[in-house]
Amino acid sequence: MIYQGRAWKFGDDIDTDAIIPARYLNTSDPKELARHCMEDADPEFMDKMQSGDIIVAHKNFGCGSSREHAAIAIKAAGISCVIAGSFARIFYRNAFNTGLPILESDEVAAGVKSGDQLQINSADGSIENLTTGKIFQAKPIPSFMQELIDDGGLMAHVRKKQLQG
Amino acid sequence: MAMTITEKILASHAGYDEVSPGQLIEARVDIALANDVTAPIAIAEFEKLGIEKVFDPQRVVLVPDHFTPNKDIKSAEQAKIVRDFSRRQGLTNYFELGRMGIEHVLLPEQGIVLPGDLVIGADSHTCTYGALGAFATGMGSTDIAAAMATGKAWFKVPESIKFIYYGTPGPWVEGKDFILYTIGRIGVDGALYQAMEMAGDAIAGLPMYGRFSMANMAIEAGAKNGIIIPDDATLDYVRGRSQRDYHLYTSDPQADYAYVMEIDVAQIRPQVAFPSLPENSRDVAEAVEQQIVIDQVVIGSCTNGRIEDLRLAARVLKGNKVAPYLRLIVIPGTQEVYLQAVREGLAELFVEAGAVFSTPTCGPCLGGHMGILAAGERAVATTNRNFVGRMGHPDSEVYLSNPAVAAATAVMGRIASPEEVVTGN
Repeated sequence: MIYQGRAWKFGDDIDTDAIIPARYLNTSDPKELARHCMEDADPEFMDKMQSGDIIVAHKNFGCGSSREHAAIAIKAAGISCVIAGSFARIFYRNAFNTGLPILESDEVAAGVKSGDQLQINSADGSIENLTTGKIFQAKPIPSFMQELIDDGGLMAHVRKKQLQG
Repeated sequence: MAMTITEKILASHAGYDEVSPGQLIEARVDIALANDVTAPIAIAEFEKLGIEKVFDPQRVVLVPDHFTPNKDIKSAEQAKIVRDFSRRQGLTNYFELGRMGIEHVLLPEQGIVLPGDLVIGADSHTCTYGALGAFATGMGSTDIAAAMATGKAWFKVPESIKFIYYGTPGPWVEGKDFILYTIGRIGVDGALYQAMEMAGDAIAGLPMYGRFSMANMAIEAGAKNGIIIPDDATLDYVRGRSQRDYHLYTSDPQADYAYVMEIDVAQIRPQVAFPSLPENSRDVAEAVEQQIVIDQVVIGSCTNGRIEDLRLAARVLKGNKVAPYLRLIVIPGTQEVYLQAVREGLAELFVEAGAVFSTPTCGPCLGGHMGILAAGERAVATTNRNFVGRMGHPDSEVYLSNPAVAAATAVMGRIASPEEVVTGN
C-alpha cells in the first residue's frame, strides 16, 4: 500500500492518555473517540489535521494503557500511518489488531518536520520525504499483517477467512 | 536448555518442552480479563466472530471498576454491556458493585489468579500477577476477544532482564520505592518488549503487598511482564484462596538474561516520581526541599490499595489532621480490604483525620471520577502513572509515591517525608 500525507511530528513517550484521555473512555464509539485524538499532546490537532496525514514520533509511542481506544481514535481520525522510533508493546499489537498501519524507524523521526509531505510504501518500507527529497528505509510491513490492515483489523480478517471457508 | 520462569510458563502453556526469546508461539490462557472500559470493545469484537459461547465461563473474568459506581449515563451503558454479557454467558467471575474491587487487587485476593498461570487482561496493569509467579500481561480488547473465543493467544517470547535487589531497606522504604527507583534507573522504555524478573534477598524479605506494587509497575518500564519466583510468602498468600491447582516454576541457574542489574536497597530512600513520567523518580528529600504545595492526595489503586498500604497511611495519619485546603481521598482496593479497614478502626481514623473514605474504584487514578484535578492543581498519588492529564486537567500535575509519603504530604500540605510527621519509627 502507498500512503501519502502531511507529517505531524511528536516527541518521545507519547502515552495513551495523551492520545485519548481517559475522561472520554465512557464510550467506545470510534467517531466520538476520534474527536479527541491527540488532545492532551496537541489540543488543536484535530482542527489542523486532514484525512490521510501521518503521525511521526520518537521513541516509545503509545506507552501506558492497554486501551485499544488509542489505536481506534487515530485510525478513525483519518491518520493513514504512524511512524515512530519505537512503539510500546501493547500499542504495537493493538495497531495491527485494529487495522492501523505503523512503521518503526529512528531515522524518519529524526529527519522529518511537521508539515513535510511524506510518501510511504508499506510493502518495501521505503519512506520518501517529498518536501526535502530524502529517502528513508523502515522495516516493511509483512504481507500477512498488511492483509490484516487492508481487511480492517484482526476480527474482520478472521471473519473474511471464515466466509471464504 | 536452561530457561527463565517466564520461558517455562510460556512453554508449558504452548505445549512445548522449551521456548527461546523471539519465538512466536500460541499458548493456552488460564484467565482472560477485561473491565468496564475495555470489555465493551472486546464483547463487540467477540460477537463479530459469530461464536455463541466463551471458551470457559470460569476463566473469562469481567470486573467493572474504572467508571464505577457509574459516573454518568454513558459509563452506565458501558457497564450494562458488561453485565448483560456476563449474565448471558453465565460467567462465574463477574463482580457486581458491592462485591467488586479494583481488578488487580481483587483477582489475587479471590484466588482467581495463581502461581504458574498464564493470564492476559485488557488492562496494562495485568502484569501485577507476576508477583505470584504467574506470567501475566496486558493486551488490547481484540486480543482478549479472540482469547474469550478460543482460550488461546499468540505471544512473542520475551527476553528477560534480571534485577537482583540486595541489602536491608531503610525506614519507610517500600516495594513501591524499589520499583520507582528501578524505573528511574532504566527509563520508561528501559524494558520494552522484555520480561523483568525481580529477585534477590531483598525480594525474599519483601511482603506480598510490596511485590504486587513492583510487578504492577513493570509496564511503566515498558516491560511485557514483571515476575517473582514463588517462595514461602507466595504460598502463604495463596493458601486458603486458591480455587484450583497451581504450579510453581523457577528460573534455571544457567538461564540466559539480556543483562543482570544489581540494586542495593539500602541506598534507596522513599521515592517521589515528579511529573510527568514515572521515570522522574527522586529522593523524597529533594521534593521536601522544593516545598511543593499539594492540593490533593490519593491513597489507593491497583498499585497501593491493599490493607497493608492503608495501615501504612494510617500509621502516619494517626493523631494528625489533613492540612487545610488539601483533599485526602483513601480508596480501599476491594470490599474485603474495605471491611478489614473498618474492623481495624482504620476507616474511623481516616475520617477523623479529615479524609474521604471511598468504595473501591479506579476512578481518580485515570482521571475518571472521584477526584479530578483542575488546571494548575497538584496531587500526590500512590497510583502508577503521572502522565500529562492523567488525573484530570492537562495543566495539572501528579507526583507518585508510597502510601506513607502520601499520608505525610496530606498532613503537611506539601510533599513531605513520613519522618517529619511520625517520630520514633
